[in-house]
Amino acid sequence: MRNDYDVIIIGAGAVGCAIARELSRFRLKIAVLEKECDVAAGTSGRNSAVVHAGFNNKPGSLMAQLCVEGSQGFEQLSEQLGIPYQKTGKYLIAFDQEDVEILEALIRQGEANGVRGLRMVDADTLHASVPHVGGIAAMYSPETAIINPFLYTIALAENAAENGVSFFFRHKVYSIVHQGDGYRVSAGDQSFHSWYVVNSAGLYSGKVAEMVGVSGYRIYPCRGEYFILDKAASELMPVPVYPAPKKGIGGLGVHLTPTTKGNLLIGPSAEYIEDPEDYASTAQIMDKLFAEAKQLLPALERRQIIGSYCGIRSKLAPPDEGGFHDFVICEKPEGMIHLIGIESPGLTASIPIAGRVARMLEGHEALLPNPRFQPAHPRRVKFCELSPDEQQKLIKLDPEYGEVVCRCEQVTKREIRDAIENPLGCRSISGIKYRCGATMGRCQGGYCLTRIAEILIQEYHMKPEEITLRGMGSPIFEGFLREDSQ
Amino acid sequence: MKKQIVVIGGGPGGMAAALAAAQETECEVVILEREPQLGGILNQCIHDGFGLHRFGKMLSGPEYAYRYEKMIQKTGIRAFTNTMVTDIMADKTVTAVNRDGVQYFHPDALILATGCRERTRGAIAIPGTRPAGVFTAGVVQKLMNLHNIRVGSRVVILGSGDIGLIMARRLTYEGAEVLAVVELEKEPGGLQRNISQCLYDFGIPLYTRHTITEIRGKKRVSSVVMAQVDETGEVMEETKQEIACDTLVLSVGLIPENELAQKAGVSLDRRTNGALTDQYLQTSVPGIFACGNAKAVLDLADYVSQEGELAGKNAARLASGLPMEPTPGVSKNPMAKGLPAENALTCILCPNSCQICWSGDKIIGNQCPRGRAFAMQEQNRPMRSLTIALLGEDGTLIPARTSAPIPKDRIMEAVQLCKRTKISGPYHIGDVLIENLLGLGTDLVAAAESAAR
Repeated sequence: MRNDYDVIIIGAGAVGCAIARELSRFRLKIAVLEKECDVAAGTSGRNSAVVHAGFNNKPGSLMAQLCVEGSQGFEQLSEQLGIPYQKTGKYLIAFDQEDVEILEALIRQGEANGVRGLRMVDADTLHASVPHVGGIAAMYSPETAIINPFLYTIALAENAAENGVSFFFRHKVYSIVHQGDGYRVSAGDQSFHSWYVVNSAGLYSGKVAEMVGVSGYRIYPCRGEYFILDKAASELMPVPVYPAPKKGIGGLGVHLTPTTKGNLLIGPSAEYIEDPEDYASTAQIMDKLFAEAKQLLPALERRQIIGSYCGIRSKLAPPDEGGFHDFVICEKPEGMIHLIGIESPGLTASIPIAGRVARMLEGHEALLPNPRFQPAHPRRVKFCELSPDEQQKLIKLDPEYGEVVCRCEQVTKREIRDAIENPLGCRSISGIKYRCGATMGRCQGGYCLTRIAEILIQEYHMKPEEITLRGMGSPIFEGFLREDSQ
Repeated sequence: MKKQIVVIGGGPGGMAAALAAAQETECEVVILEREPQLGGILNQCIHDGFGLHRFGKMLSGPEYAYRYEKMIQKTGIRAFTNTMVTDIMADKTVTAVNRDGVQYFHPDALILATGCRERTRGAIAIPGTRPAGVFTAGVVQKLMNLHNIRVGSRVVILGSGDIGLIMARRLTYEGAEVLAVVELEKEPGGLQRNISQCLYDFGIPLYTRHTITEIRGKKRVSSVVMAQVDETGEVMEETKQEIACDTLVLSVGLIPENELAQKAGVSLDRRTNGALTDQYLQTSVPGIFACGNAKAVLDLADYVSQEGELAGKNAARLASGLPMEPTPGVSKNPMAKGLPAENALTCILCPNSCQICWSGDKIIGNQCPRGRAFAMQEQNRPMRSLTIALLGEDGTLIPARTSAPIPKDRIMEAVQLCKRTKISGPYHIGDVLIENLLGLGTDLVAAAESAAR
């Protein structure tokens, strides 16, 4: 039957897509069910985009083990997936002696976890590297890196798809019934059957667990707000800079993180909320974020802000329990694997988590290698990062490389077209934005939105009202202004 | 060998600069323009109000641009369209890309006429969700006038700059309901003339000393929260009210476009972000000039052109080893901004926006005889010009205008007729598209050239 699978993965975040990609190494029929219209629509696309070295987590915890494993394999993985990865290192700043002690303890914890190269540096060494921050000393983590979480998740999903995995977007799972040896999963307007089901539903992982009678995993959504600063600001801060961690805040504290595109992020805050999809920024937190970031980097100015966003952590521990709880990876009942409470460092740990899932399946049956598995994913062309000679060659090859559509990020028409024609078939403006970077710059689409819309209408025959920001229900336009009535 | 002048940007500033440079000395002038045609933002400005200073006539944006284009065609100026400048260096080397490849220029003088961009929702950090339906006014203008796209039905406009006011009227013509224009300051940012003819004429409410404190709606805008601000700019919590709408349009300021200038090391004015220039309009980098909105945002395209001319002239003189001429500065008439006076009539015939009153049987406040005639007419039967777009071939729009003002109370009826009318074939500026509109003895004429579009 068409909808019969060996493995169904619920959720196309970084973890779900990593599992899809890792399981596609085996001869398995795999489907990913995702309620949104694209991958990385939840927490995976809304975070600090940092590959953590693994010193923040308790020794012996799953978080610590999987984070260190993920961190140490990430560079090679990025190479394979053809995505940006920059091992920037990271500083944690001590403002007083108490902070120094906290950081020294953190180094001991990191070393126990197997993190390499952690050390304290004095103020002079710190300021030689990041002259604009304050502080009396700092902890340096050379292994910490930054990535692009959209391109990471997209590359995992595209690679999985190339290796035979089917993706079903706009397929919200509403029931899972244990049937014989397998499961009947109802999602969207379809019914699926599968021997194994993987619950990587992120903020909804507790609810999905309840569908098969597994209770006791309540997710406490914890919102983090961010600002995005103009590229000019990242000159002030080429390396992620965090404050020394304070107890009980449920996060790593407001920090400054450069992005692989050269912007600077401020955030996140930490605020427990009810609605797991309430991505609204609030006036109070926005003011607070900026004030806290300015403590770290006094040279910041509000006019450097070009945008904001929110991400929501899927926490298993409520604030009165300190907010920290280890990842839960378990199988209940047989054949149904749950990944619950995968908050930070879930992005870093996504491939090791996928490895765990593969080993759990191998506990049930021998998995045969997929002879068609191809681990490498082609790197997207970034025209603006090429030398003039390479640019010249590309334009000769395809003149659409000579048409700059997005002026801030210098994205060409051919790159827009490649983003539109992506193998997952995601055609929203956000989907195009995450794939090629258009509309992400300082004018936030003021220049290129109209051009992208024109390409979609003229060359892909979409009607204006079919163009959405993030899929169904988010139309950007109402329709044509004037239409031929004949 | 002839000296070369490169002008970046082919809008009202760049075209005027190129022309002036070509007229000043025997030099080769090149315009680099990223759009398919010259004109810059003028092409999307189908309303009138351009050209009173330069041409003594009230023109639409495309008409104003076309006058310059025609003058440029008569010279040897080379214009590269669809060409994006990606880099400039302090030695004036310009790198640009187009479908023919990567192009390099090594001019003797370089003029930055790169215009400005709009401040966005992100830049002013409006709290709330990030749904579809939040636009800047210029984007809405471009979508409606050049791309034939309708953006929304129930609209709130934040900011009362001229583009926002013009779009309030434009959206109203097209059947959208403009629920509020919200302005943080005590006085609106646009011309009194536009407050009068774009808001008051249509009963669109203007809330000064108010702001939008939150955007709501997960996928598409569902409402915004508006609140009053006190004297210090603080939001007054008790005044918050939710306005159900599907679209928020922002007209919250323009910022000089100076990313290229920065690449060449040009010093910027930290306050305005515009390029700093000396009395010759030369920037801190010798041989690089700046004019128009790239230097400081000006109120009228006419002023932008005037400054472009001065920059073009000096660039050509410098390149040819002639002494430059200090600029007298752009001659600006004081333009009336802020709220129109109560009990007075705002003359809409030019940006002066004269506040006219009757003192007994005498008319006072007008600066010219046309104001007097306007006031008389306004008492008798108010007349308005209509600027609109008609459907042309292949779904393109034709900017159009009435050849003379028509009665204000027939405007919406005329709009309805325009919406139903389709025009085939090419057209020229002034071609009659609808003869004797509604039997009023006035024609609807094309306000752009089809070939230029």
